[in-house]
Amino acid sequence: MKFTIVVFPGSNCDHDAYHAAKHVLGQEAEFAWHKETSLKGADVVVLPGGFSHGDYLRTGAIARFSPIMNAVAAFAAAGGPVLGICNGFQILCEAGLLPGAMLRNRDLKFHCEHVGVRVEQTDTPFTSLATRGQVLHIPIAHGEGNYFADPEVIADLEASRRVIFRYCDADGQITDAANPNGSVKNIAGICSAARNVVGLMPHPERACESMLGSADGLVLFESVLSQVAADGRMSTAAS
Amino acid sequence: MSPVDAALLERHGLTPDEYDRIVKSLGREPTLTELGIFSVMWSEHCSYKSSRIHLKKLPTDGPRVLQGPGENAGAVDIGDGLAAVFKIESHNHPSFIEPYQGAATGVGGIIRDIFTMGARPIALMNSLRFGEMDGPDGPRTRRIVEGVVAGIAGYGNSIGIPTVGGEIVFDDRYASNPLVNVFCLGIAAADALVLGRASGIGNPVYYVGSKTGRDGIHGATMASAEFDDKSAEKRPAVQVGDPFMEKLLLEACLELMKTDALIGVQDMGAAGLTCSTCEMGSRGGAGIEIDVMHVPQRETGMTPYEIMLSESQERMLLAVKKGREAEVERIFEKWDLHAAHIGEVTSDGMMRVKDHGNTVAEIPNTALVDAAPIYDRPTTRPAYLDEVQHLDWSALNPALPSDALLSLLGSPTIASKRWVYRQYDHMVRTNTIVLAGMGAGVVRVKGTNRALAMSVDGNGRYCYLDPRRGAMLAVAEASRNVACAGATPIGGTNCLNFGNPERPEIMWQLVQSIEGIAEACRALNVPITGGNVSLYNETNGEAIYPTPVLGVVGVLDDAAKVVARAFRGEGDDIVLLGDGIGELGGSEYLKVVHRLVRGRPPELELDRERRLIDLLVRAARAGVVRSAHDCSDGGVAVTLAECAFDTGGIGCEVDVPMVANKTGAQSFDGVGALFGESASRAIVSVRAADRPALMELAASGGVPANLIGKTGGSRLVLRIGGRTAIDLPVETAERAWATAISRYFKRSAA
Repeated sequence: MKFTIVVFPGSNCDHDAYHAAKHVLGQEAEFAWHKETSLKGADVVVLPGGFSHGDYLRTGAIARFSPIMNAVAAFAAAGGPVLGICNGFQILCEAGLLPGAMLRNRDLKFHCEHVGVRVEQTDTPFTSLATRGQVLHIPIAHGEGNYFADPEVIADLEASRRVIFRYCDADGQITDAANPNGSVKNIAGICSAARNVVGLMPHPERACESMLGSADGLVLFESVLSQVAADGRMSTAAS
Repeated sequence: MSPVDAALLERHGLTPDEYDRIVKSLGREPTLTELGIFSVMWSEHCSYKSSRIHLKKLPTDGPRVLQGPGENAGAVDIGDGLAAVFKIESHNHPSFIEPYQGAATGVGGIIRDIFTMGARPIALMNSLRFGEMDGPDGPRTRRIVEGVVAGIAGYGNSIGIPTVGGEIVFDDRYASNPLVNVFCLGIAAADALVLGRASGIGNPVYYVGSKTGRDGIHGATMASAEFDDKSAEKRPAVQVGDPFMEKLLLEACLELMKTDALIGVQDMGAAGLTCSTCEMGSRGGAGIEIDVMHVPQRETGMTPYEIMLSESQERMLLAVKKGREAEVERIFEKWDLHAAHIGEVTSDGMMRVKDHGNTVAEIPNTALVDAAPIYDRPTTRPAYLDEVQHLDWSALNPALPSDALLSLLGSPTIASKRWVYRQYDHMVRTNTIVLAGMGAGVVRVKGTNRALAMSVDGNGRYCYLDPRRGAMLAVAEASRNVACAGATPIGGTNCLNFGNPERPEIMWQLVQSIEGIAEACRALNVPITGGNVSLYNETNGEAIYPTPVLGVVGVLDDAAKVVARAFRGEGDDIVLLGDGIGELGGSEYLKVVHRLVRGRPPELELDRERRLIDLLVRAARAGVVRSAHDCSDGGVAVTLAECAFDTGGIGCEVDVPMVANKTGAQSFDGVGALFGESASRAIVSVRAADRPALMELAASGGVPANLIGKTGGSRLVLRIGGRTAIDLPVETAERAWATAISRYFKRSAA
């Protein structure tokens, strides 16, 4: 199975996503430069974290215009699994593939630390092996991760069960103290209406080996592996 | 040009003697551009004219050393065909004038030094000194702290290199002269180090990166002068950093280095285009000729003088092979960078600068580099020493131990730095295996089983009381910290922060410190592969404490065997390695509890230190220790408390060995046992079943080892000779420690 990791100028978690896919999961992985137009036969597309274009103008605002984003949109429209991590999530929002926007953290400081992240829904390609209510211990590292959308959008996200991850305490409680950045309703990650595009601010690729302090992020990658494998079998059966 | 007068020379920081030397080496009067070039190349910052003869005393060789001082950074062999490339550098003056940009550009500069060597930077650390956050200078200090931390975060986070650790000390001696020392480490193929040299007549010289503006002109000269009340006027000499540009440069340069089209590269740091042009030519035994007309410029009407002296950030100078230009340009274009062909390598050993074809400077490299003045400045043992080394215990009342412990834990120098490192991305690149604040910085090396541990340490108070011993203790502490993680120290880098070397007392401190570093590095097998000297750290005539900061790098052959500071479980045995004799001279205890900076710093027996370091490495390798923590600032009591923090509240019960206090003041014996800072000690925890193995290793390694207690419970219980001295809930102690810094910044807390 092949992960294609999109590299924008200023991406800096591209190598980390590559390492997780290739060396931890043992899958095929390849970088795609933002000026390219092909996703190189990807089964899964990852928009990695970092500071694309230096976060200048607004996070993700310039990256959405990269040539590769047409291919990403087409891949997503065809139902392909797309994971946007941190800056990747910000880019997906700017590109209109996910709703909402990210404000500066409410204390105006960058936060790098492990946080509790509760899995809210398991019917996405990236959470299918998780259980609802499961608490993942995963790092965040961002200065602008304060998820915001107007009340109608939030209501729609909730009604359509598209809030996939929320910040929580160690017991899985959704509290204000457990909210590291001020996100509306502790939202840490959401999915598209078709559920195949998932964006989240925490970094699951940083939590794939116990040596790094947590392997809780693995479940996202293992989920998509099993999902793609199952889809592959289904499509083989159908053909 | 206008006649050279005293005022012109003074503006350039040159003495009349130095001017005569310029005239002599050129055989004529310099042009204004040439005068500017000489002034920056001969500034203290670039020429090391006051320290050079003493730096020669440092050990720089060793079986693992691949590159010693003299290049952009040093390099040591870490096995598996790889090299660790690292260096520490100061950005003190700019950080006082403009904290955010001063610190940010310091980070940017040290990162460039690493990747110009062909290494991918994988870790950053920093050593910071600020004034106290209380008191009359408190508000200004808090602003500086906030700005420096944000600047380091802003640059490092954006470029994607983790800041994995460091140290911060608060003392009013730094109130008007904070120190910002930044360390970077990268990994390169051991046989593919890139050097900063230009050779091959006719090879093209390229300029890549940001355009040149008027920012930072004479930054190197500013860094070579004292501060006064008008220093704020020097703000235009501080540059503005662009981490995004540097990220592009980093990736493009590393991509270019994979080809064999590159001959040499150097970043334009201090003294900008001047220094890189001269040094690359000089190191390659060649000359470089450039025309400033081709230099990309941000502003209009810049003179050759301004272009040559600008310190605009994120710029590189490269010499590449003739005939490979298209390939080189293509790589930079991929990253949206413009590589400007500004000149050629020549055979005449001259640095020749033209402006639209007219020569505006023509200086033999030898005149700039080899003929640079070298001073053997006079030294005098400062008169203050006799006074401050004397400590009269009879005038003091010992504090209640538990109160003293809480005061120490709540003092910003000892307190948790979480408020700081939480702002640094310390995990990006997924190599960080000891999280910030949990011990030395440790990163694994992907593709191998190894990991690298690193620590930066210095104690200005010790050095003020005894520069030689203080400097030796800094080497020992940094090495010990690395060893606590389980790593063998293999190389070091130093940043020497001192006052005005033209004052014999300051010069004495500098020479003593260098000699102390040299002696300790020799004994501990830590060759110094490079570093930086920052002098003139004075404001209105008051110098900082002499502050040599040591960065030590160690290698762990098996990353999985890494050890951190925190207790791992209940019921483990706690063993104190090394003997304490209750030394309180220069201690945190004296400073925090009695507001005294007095006495002599702890004695250091290097042989004993080496045995301890060896033992820590062997014990980690054998897998017998579960946690290890260096016992230094605040002594056994603070060390034990720190072992209990970040564990979810695992306490301990120990009986601290009584010590014979050398001062003879019996009432202080307990305090000496708890808070004395005797060197060459560490506290480790082991499973009870593994204790015999540890004791055996200690005995065979010649290190005293005493079982002092057990982990467990939720209280810190410290007894001396069976009598309870401290009994506190871990939670109470941890709260004091965890909130001591963040409380100063409540306004902006979440």
